[in-house]
Amino acid sequence: MRIGNFRIPMMASLLVWLVVWEIVGRLDLIFLIPPVTEIAQAGLRLVQTGSWQNASLITLRSFAVGMALAIAVGVPLGICMGLFKTVDRLMGMWVNMFVSAPLSALVPVLMILFGLGETTVVVTVFLFAVWIIVLDARAGVMQVPRSLFEMGRSYGASGWTLFSKIVLFAALPEILAGIRLGLIRGVKGVVIGQILVSVIGYGELFELFSRNFEMASFWALTIILFAAAMLLSALIEHFEHRIDYYAGARA
Amino acid sequence: MSQAALRQPPATEATNDAIVEVRGVSKIYGDVEALRNIELSFARGKLTTLLGPSGCGKTTLLKIIAGLVPATSGEIRVNDRVVTGPGPERAFVFQDFALMPWATVMRNVGFGLELRGVREAERKRVAQHYIDQVGLSGFENKYPHELSGGMKQRVGIARAFAVDADVLLMDEPFSAVDEQNRRKFQEDLLKLVEIEKKTFLFVTHSIEEAVYVSDRIVLLSPRPGRVSQIIDPKIDRTATPDEIRRDPGYLDTVENIWDGLRHYAE
Ligand SMILES: Nc1ncnc2c1ncn2[C@@H]1O[C@H](COP(=O)(O)OP(=O)(O)OP(=O)(O)O)[C@@H](O)[C@H]1O
Ligand SMILES: [Mg+2]
Repeated sequence: MRIGNFRIPMMASLLVWLVVWEIVGRLDLIFLIPPVTEIAQAGLRLVQTGSWQNASLITLRSFAVGMALAIAVGVPLGICMGLFKTVDRLMGMWVNMFVSAPLSALVPVLMILFGLGETTVVVTVFLFAVWIIVLDARAGVMQVPRSLFEMGRSYGASGWTLFSKIVLFAALPEILAGIRLGLIRGVKGVVIGQILVSVIGYGELFELFSRNFEMASFWALTIILFAAAMLLSALIEHFEHRIDYYAGARA
Repeated sequence: MSQAALRQPPATEATNDAIVEVRGVSKIYGDVEALRNIELSFARGKLTTLLGPSGCGKTTLLKIIAGLVPATSGEIRVNDRVVTGPGPERAFVFQDFALMPWATVMRNVGFGLELRGVREAERKRVAQHYIDQVGLSGFENKYPHELSGGMKQRVGIARAFAVDADVLLMDEPFSAVDEQNRRKFQEDLLKLVEIEKKTFLFVTHSIEEAVYVSDRIVLLSPRPGRVSQIIDPKIDRTATPDEIRRDPGYLDTVENIWDGLRHYAE
């Protein structure tokens, strides 16, 4: 953006909104919106507390475990669905149903099943992420050209060799795309899970702040969470660009 | 069997010199009868072309010989052994190249050897030899998407040569190559046939291409595919490509095949 010779930095619009927020906050119109400066101070205080650090650790751990499970189950399941018609017929209905189902509605059921703890959050992350990973891995295997299979077979590959040297690589771009979408869904899973369970991690902090009307801390935590999600998404995107070369090479 | 003149090869030639024998092969896909009772033998060291209208089962027959598709009935013998699947004495060149996009030209060409467990140094030596032979020197470390269609098919051909098979099965290898490059390709193929002393089974749509490159042409009828005519173009291969294409014998053979195919077109 430019005005005359003066180049306005990208962050300018963000600055404008922060100033507007600050003014609204100072005017004390709505108690829900404290001034930005107050939020920043609250944020600085927050990150130094043991409870925040602890909550962050728990959140990260639930997310990592849930995602690892989703990838470990989703990729092989999707590949099997792509390779074997029987598995596809058996699982296809469920995967297609869950991939677009409003999974938040299931969390209360999970709480009954797994209790009010980390397990429920891990399962929530898993359930949010796994379906899209399955579907993309399946699609990746299905689009492997028939002639690549035939090429492998005609030069003597079969079974595991055919799979590990050809099918897996040919399906890799879709598998990775599925994992990226899964990670983004997993972030939603961990937040929704913790908020609904509300006795561990960020969920507990959110509950605490809103009950005590500590709006500055509440906003600080929200902003930290948003920033972390955006950072993760940017990181994955960066990684994807690096394999883009390879994915595009298929055409 | 069909309206066209049927000329079987002499019996002696079929028994002594045949490397690939097709015996009573039929193929039915669901309710589509693709091939009906094919009897053929392919002479060792010769280039035989399968020619016929679209959908008459040329690819199917080639894949049955390759062991990639099972025949509904009948059998294939290669070097006097019944074919039950793919084997190292046969190599396939695919119409759509079937290259691995994540692998370099070098790795693609050496892939058949890699699958056979050949050590890397030896693999590279052989691959390099055939990369040079098909005229791709300098492209060893390029990826398929960096190559033109014609160059991709050269990779496919080098890969087939690298495994040192006796029989090369080529399914319309030049169909994705433009007309000018196609001629160059045909000439290069003839040179390779000369050097490598292998048996070639070649599928094409193009009558001119068939007459130009083949020792023998097998004309198939429309579906269900049957052998309708066998033609041996007697062409002097020592002449230059342009001389061959103006040679009356060449032009007569092309005309003959057109006549043979004409009543199918009606
Ligand atoms: N996997 C398959 N399943 C069902 N039908 C098939 C299959 N493969 C081929 N066919 C049918 O068998 C017939 C012969 O097919 P084929 O590909 O062998 O013909 P072709 O002579 O190679 O044709 P083209 O010149 O178009 O390449 C066609 O009618 C085709 O539709
Ligand atoms: Mg075909």
